[in-house]
Amino acid sequence: MGDHSHGSPENSGTVAKADDVAQDRFPDPGLPPHRPRLADRDPRAAKRHERQVALLFTISIIGTLFFFVSYFVLGHLGDMTFAELRVQNAALGLGTAFAMLGIGVGIVHWAKTLMPDHELVESRHEIRTEADRQDAVEIVDTIIEESGIKRRPLIRNSLIGAIALAPIPAIFMFRDLERSGKTAGEMVEQLRHTMWDTGVRLTRDPSGTPIKASDVQIGSAFHVIPEGLNEAEDVLNEKAKAVVLLMRMDPQEMNISEGREDWNVDGIVAYSKICTHVGCPIALYEQHTHHLLCPCHQSTFDLANECKVVFGPAGHALPQLPIMVDAEGYLVARSDFHEPVGPAYWERGQ
Amino acid sequence: MKALSKKRRHPLAAVALLLFGLLITGSLYTAAGSISEAKAADTTTASQSDVDEGGKLFVANCATCHGMNAEGTNSGPSLIGVGAASVDFQVGTGRMPMQMQGPQAQAKPVQFTDEQISQLAAFVASLGAGPAIPDEESLDTTKGDAAHGGTVFRVNCAMCHNAAAAGGALTRGKFAPTLAGVSEKHIYEAMVTGPQNMPVFNDSNITPDEKRDVVTFLKTIEANGSAGGVALGSLGPVAEGLFVWTAGLGIIIAFTIWLTSRPS
Repeated sequence: MGDHSHGSPENSGTVAKADDVAQDRFPDPGLPPHRPRLADRDPRAAKRHERQVALLFTISIIGTLFFFVSYFVLGHLGDMTFAELRVQNAALGLGTAFAMLGIGVGIVHWAKTLMPDHELVESRHEIRTEADRQDAVEIVDTIIEESGIKRRPLIRNSLIGAIALAPIPAIFMFRDLERSGKTAGEMVEQLRHTMWDTGVRLTRDPSGTPIKASDVQIGSAFHVIPEGLNEAEDVLNEKAKAVVLLMRMDPQEMNISEGREDWNVDGIVAYSKICTHVGCPIALYEQHTHHLLCPCHQSTFDLANECKVVFGPAGHALPQLPIMVDAEGYLVARSDFHEPVGPAYWERGQ
Repeated sequence: MKALSKKRRHPLAAVALLLFGLLITGSLYTAAGSISEAKAADTTTASQSDVDEGGKLFVANCATCHGMNAEGTNSGPSLIGVGAASVDFQVGTGRMPMQMQGPQAQAKPVQFTDEQISQLAAFVASLGAGPAIPDEESLDTTKGDAAHGGTVFRVNCAMCHNAAAAGGALTRGKFAPTLAGVSEKHIYEAMVTGPQNMPVFNDSNITPDEKRDVVTFLKTIEANGSAGGVALGSLGPVAEGLFVWTAGLGIIIAFTIWLTSRPS
């Protein structure tokens, strides 16, 4: 029987099978004999368990009192230093933990050691597959019959209408979270443009002071916002689209594609900081490898190759902001981005 | 003496011995720390003899990678124009001389005395103009504004060094180190010089006053610690998740076993 080579499709030959008759005759082992607990036999043990349960409940009381002591005595609504706050947080947590655990552990201990522990047998009702199914079908039929939904089409149709209409207010509720009054087309359009425009100065984030081209040395990284952003009507919405990282690298190391020759100023380049994957801000710049890393999903962009994706889930290169120098030597935008910033959306490619 | 030897088997003897040992070690460390602080305080201006001495140290220790005239080789960059601050940071934190070629130089025990470091810095500074070692005034954290420093830190530094300055990973084995325990001078020098792959934050990008604010912010959060108790390295969901999934689930499993066990 144990020989692997003698198996048949029904029987692998490795397992000895009991015949059906023997399976039916397998004796019911019944319940194991009831074993009385220590507390059932020894009244002193029962007394000891009683004291333990009471002690656990007392620990809970002490925990609650400890909570109030640390809440009011350690400092209440006053000026607290970090260190005091830390001590108080720990004390409040410990107090609550002991208050809750004391009750819980006490009740379980009580039930396990002192409450009656006799075994109960509850037999499962007989399985009647076909009859049970008949019963269920009958119940559903009765409901349909008694509700009269088949006989009264007026009720049925008006119910369908009511259910179909009910979710529509939600659509309007969510739609009106955006209260600018823009049409769908205008909303798509606002993703396409940022505050950058010809002659807008590049300024430091968050101070808003303009940047001279001579301020930027090779290896530098400046966090840039457009001039006037801090005074804009919708600062955060505008900032979310317009943030730019300004870096300078050796112009000889840069591979510039056709049409972008005048987008940099002696190796000073500006790229959108919004990741083209799901829009996290990218600013982890490595000055020697020229890599920009997105901290969310490790998309990596190569600055030397116009921020093409070299690793990670991002779909396309970071948009470059064309820049030039104005008469006073400050860096200004040559135009807006030539493509929408951030992740792709349905209408982006049009 | 006899009484003492009798008590050595006392259950608390081991605890007492441990406390005694810790006390001795602690006092020795404090003493050693204050001695090295005293040494660091007397930084003098570079003289010609410092430059000459630094040149000898450079040829003996650095020229293999950086070239005899610090012009750079395939193994190491040129040091002309990197300035005294760069040397003071790289050598003063033990990153240079580099232990081995790798994704980035790592901090290790400092290999030179403070005098030798200042001589090396004087030599490299004499090769070409570069950022100087910051003076006491620009490192005085009592004059800095921690709140403004926090704003500057979150805009410029937090994406790599973590919002709690605990450090973080970069690409291909590189990483931004934690800033806890880094001296004021070295933090300042790192901003000015941009060591390894860190970008340069020159004085026109972050002004010297703002740099002092950043240092003040870092020293303030370091002194105050985490308000929420154990920070688990301030590394965010990875460390916290690991803790909850092991310790928290362990406790739940232990309670489940206890609930279903038969009482004796």
